[in-house]
Amino acid sequence: MKRVGVFVCHCGLNIAGTVDIKQVVEQASKHPDVAYAVDHRYLCSEPGQTLIKDAIRQHNLHAVVVAACSPAMHEVTFRNLIQTAGLNRHQCEIANIREQCSWVHDDNTTATSKAHIAVHQSVEKVKLDEPLDPITVPVTRRVLVIGGGIAGIRAALDVANSGYQVYLVEKTGSIGGRMAQLSETFPTLDCSICILGPLMAEVYRNPNIKLLRLSHVEEVNGYVGNFKVRVRQEPQYVDVTKCNSCGECTKVCPAEVPNEFDSGLTWRKAIYIPFAQAVPPAYVLDAKSCLGLLPRACGECEKACNKLGMSCINLDAAPEAHELEVGAIISATGYELYDAARLSEYGFGIYPNVMTSLEFERMLSASGPTSGLIRRPSDGHVPREVVFIQCAGQREPETALPYCSKICCMYTARHAMMFHHKVPDGQAYVFYMDIRAGGKGYEEFVKRCQEEKGLLYLRGRVAKIYEEGDKLVVKGVDTLSGKILEIRADLVVLALGMVPSQGSRQLASILKTSLDANGFFAEAHPKLRPLESPTSGIFLAGAGQAPKDIPETVAQASGAASKALNLVSHTTLEREPTVAKVTDQFCSGCGICIPSCPYEALSLNNSTKTIEVTEAVCEGCGTCVASCPSGALSLRNMTDSQLVSMITAAVSPK
Amino acid sequence: MEEMRSYLYFPGCSLRTVAKDFDTSAKASARALDLELREMQGWLCCGAVFTNLTENLITQAGPSRILGRAQAEGNTLVTLCAGCYNVLRRSSQRAELNRINQDQINAFNEERYYGGVTVLHLLEILRDKIGFEEIAKAVKAPLQGLPVGAYYGCLLLRPFREMRLDDPHRPSIIEKLLMSLGATAIDYPSRTECCGSYLGVGSSEIAKPLSSGIVQSARSCGAKLLAVSCPLCKYNLEVCQNLSTSADTDFVPVVYFTQLLGLALGLQPEQLELNSQQLHAIRSCARTALGKVSQ
Repeated sequence: MKRVGVFVCHCGLNIAGTVDIKQVVEQASKHPDVAYAVDHRYLCSEPGQTLIKDAIRQHNLHAVVVAACSPAMHEVTFRNLIQTAGLNRHQCEIANIREQCSWVHDDNTTATSKAHIAVHQSVEKVKLDEPLDPITVPVTRRVLVIGGGIAGIRAALDVANSGYQVYLVEKTGSIGGRMAQLSETFPTLDCSICILGPLMAEVYRNPNIKLLRLSHVEEVNGYVGNFKVRVRQEPQYVDVTKCNSCGECTKVCPAEVPNEFDSGLTWRKAIYIPFAQAVPPAYVLDAKSCLGLLPRACGECEKACNKLGMSCINLDAAPEAHELEVGAIISATGYELYDAARLSEYGFGIYPNVMTSLEFERMLSASGPTSGLIRRPSDGHVPREVVFIQCAGQREPETALPYCSKICCMYTARHAMMFHHKVPDGQAYVFYMDIRAGGKGYEEFVKRCQEEKGLLYLRGRVAKIYEEGDKLVVKGVDTLSGKILEIRADLVVLALGMVPSQGSRQLASILKTSLDANGFFAEAHPKLRPLESPTSGIFLAGAGQAPKDIPETVAQASGAASKALNLVSHTTLEREPTVAKVTDQFCSGCGICIPSCPYEALSLNNSTKTIEVTEAVCEGCGTCVASCPSGALSLRNMTDSQLVSMITAAVSPK
Repeated sequence: MEEMRSYLYFPGCSLRTVAKDFDTSAKASARALDLELREMQGWLCCGAVFTNLTENLITQAGPSRILGRAQAEGNTLVTLCAGCYNVLRRSSQRAELNRINQDQINAFNEERYYGGVTVLHLLEILRDKIGFEEIAKAVKAPLQGLPVGAYYGCLLLRPFREMRLDDPHRPSIIEKLLMSLGATAIDYPSRTECCGSYLGVGSSEIAKPLSSGIVQSARSCGAKLLAVSCPLCKYNLEVCQNLSTSADTDFVPVVYFTQLLGLALGLQPEQLELNSQQLHAIRSCARTALGKVSQ
C-alpha cells in the first residue's frame, strides 16, 4: 500500500482566512492511506519545501498530496521537490483549495468541507498514479521567425547573436514592417527609421540569419523541437546578390500603381525599391502590377539592366520552395489598420481630406510623399484646423472592434504635437473617449501636448462628417460641457484600430495553433505564459498577439527569442509523459480516434492494425480517449479508474 | 416581367387617414410593376413610437397580434410607413429571440406568435425582388433633371442591428431608386438626421429647428423636392416650412417616394394624389418628361 503524505498550505490568509486548516489536516489523517498530514503557512517557501522533503524521508512516504494553490502555479515546483527527495515526480498531486475553494467561497463550513473533499480526491488519484519518466525527443537547433517587422527583427537578432541559426521569413520585399513607415516614435520623438535602420542592416549582415523575402509559410509538420516547414518564395525576378540599387530599371518601367509604403499617397512602378533603407537592399518586381510576364508584354527593365552589363533581372524566374527544419517557431505577424471605409459616418474614401493615421504618419515623414510638410490631399493647401478622432472603429462592440488598440492615444498626441510644430498658427482638436497613457513617460507626454501646445482635447465622439465648400464639417459632442460641437475643419485624421494582419487565420491553421475572438494569436496563458502559443514550440511576439507599442513589442520579441533559445539550446527535449496510451488487446483499429486528435498524434499501424500514439506530439488532452468506442485508449495518470475513484471520493468522502 | 407577384400588405393608421396619398400611390405603382399589395385581414395600430419606447412588454401585445394574424396568411409582410416598418420588424425579431417574453405577451392575445414573419419595406421589394435595373426598364416617363433629396430620418435605418435595411450613416437605397427613375439624387448631409418626430405635434419649439435644418440643408445642396417614406416626417418637413417666413419660391415640397415611382412609370398625377404645389415643383424642373405624362 502506498504511504501518502498530505501537506496543507495556509497561503497566509488566502486559504486559512476561509478554510479551517486544522480540520482539513485532521480529517486527512483519518484516511487509511494517509501516513502523515501536516500544515504550513507557505509551503512553496524554502522552509515549507524543506518540511515536505524531510517528511518524505522521516515517514517513508511514497506519494504526496499538496493542498494549496492551482497546479498551474506550483505543480512543477513540488514535483521538482519530491524528485530531489528520491520519489518519482509523478507521485505528487495538487489539490487546488485556493482558486477553486477559498477564493470563491465566503462560508467557512462549506469551504472547509470542499477543501476536505479536494484533498480526499487527490489522495485517491495519487494512489493510482504510476511512476512515469519524461519522454525524450531530439531537438533541431534552429529557429524560424515569421514576419520581418520590429518584433521579428529583434527576435531573429537575439537568437542569431546567441549563436543559433535563424530563418527570417518576410512576405513583402523588405523587412522593417510598420515601424519603417513611422515618422517619429512616442514619447521621445526619436526618428523611427533612424533607430530601426541599423537593426535591419544588422539582420542583413548577420551570418546566422537567412532572410527569405517575398516568402510565406505554406506547411508545417512535426512537433516541438522538430518542425518541418515548407516556405514558398515568390519568383525572385531581381537577383538580390547582384542588384546594386542603381534604379535604371524603375526609370524605364511603364506600369504605375499606388505605393503601399506611402499608404497609397504616392505612386510606384511595377519594379521598385520598397523604400530607401530596404533590406535586402535590392529592387522588387511586383508581378501583379507588371504589364505582363507570361506572355512577355514589356521587358524594358531587363533590357535596361543588361545594357549596364549587370544582368540582375531574370523575368523567367520561378517560385522556389524551401524545406526548413527547425526546433522552434516565433510568429511575429504584426497588424494592419481597421478598414476606414467601413466607418461610413466619417466619409473616408468619399472626402479626400479624411485620412487614416498611417497616411498622416507618412505625410509627417521626411521621406514621405510631402517630404514632411503637412498638406491637404484635396488641394495641397496647408490645413489650419485639423481634427483627430481617437478610437475610430474601436470600443464599438455593436458595429466595429470591441477592443482598445492601446497605442492610439499616444500616437494621436504625437501627431497633434507634430502638427503644432509644423503649423504653429493652426489648431488641432482631439476627440477622445478616455486618455489611456499607461507607460513610462507617456502621461507626461500627453499632458505636455495638452498644456504647452494648445491642443484642444474634447471628450466625446464624432457623430458625422460632411463636406461644405472646401471644409469638412465635423459634428460631435463634448460630453464634459454637454455641448454639441460643429467644427469646420480642413483635415480629419482617424486613429484607426489595429487588426491582425491578413493571413493570420491561415497561418494559425498551418501552425495548428489558435486565435482569440478578435483574430489575434492566442497565448498559452494570459498572465503566466504570454509569450507562448498553446502549441508547444510556437512562440508569439508583437502586435499579431495583441495591440501593443514598440517597447512592449521589443520586450516580447526578446522574451520569445529567449523562450526559443531555451528550447534549442538543448540537444534533447523532455516532454510530459502524461500522454495517451493504447491497450493493443482492446484496439480494433477502427480509426475513429484519428480525426479527433487536434495534434495529429495518432496513426494506424498497418501491420498490427492498431493505433499508435506519437508520444512526442501528444498534448495529453484526452479527446481521443473519449472518442474510443472500445476503451482501448487511456490517458496516463488520468485513467478511468482514477476518475471513478475521484468521483466516488467527491460524493462520499471518508 | 413575369407573372403578377402578390405580397401581404400592412397599411397602418396614417395611410388610411392623413397619408391616403401614400397608400394610393404605392398600390397604383405596384400594379404598374405587376405587383399586388394584398391587404392583410384584421390589422390594427402597431403602437407607433410607444411600442419600442419602454421595456414594458404590454406595448408588444399590439404588434404581436398583428404579426400573429399576418402569419395566418403568409410569411412575408410588406409595410410602407417607416414607423410601422420599424415597429413590426423589430417586434417580429424580438418574438423569435425571446420565447419567455413572448409567452407573456401571447397570454394577452388569441394569436400565438413566436416569430417567423419577415417584415419588409416596399423599398426592399423594389431593390431585392424586382431590382432597380428592371424598374429602370419599366420607366415610361423618366424624371430627367428632377433634383430630389431622399430623406431617411431615423426609423428606416436605426437601430442598425435590427433594421439592416442599408448603411445607417450613408444609405443609398432611395437614391438608387430615384436614379433608376431618371431623377437626380441630391446628396445632402442631413438626410439621416431626426425630423423631431412626435415633438412636432406637442413641442414644436424643439422639433422645428431640427426639421427646418433638414430642409435648409437639402435646399442648399440643390434639392427642389424631398422624397420620404414616413407620414410623420412629411408632416414635420412641411409644417416647418409653412411656419417659416421664407418666400414661396424657397418652398421644398415633400412627396412620398411611391408618388415619384408612379409618375415615372407613366401614371397620371391624379392617380397618385399629387397636389398642385408638388406638381408645380416637379414640372418646373422636369418639364420634358412630365410633358408626356400630363398631355
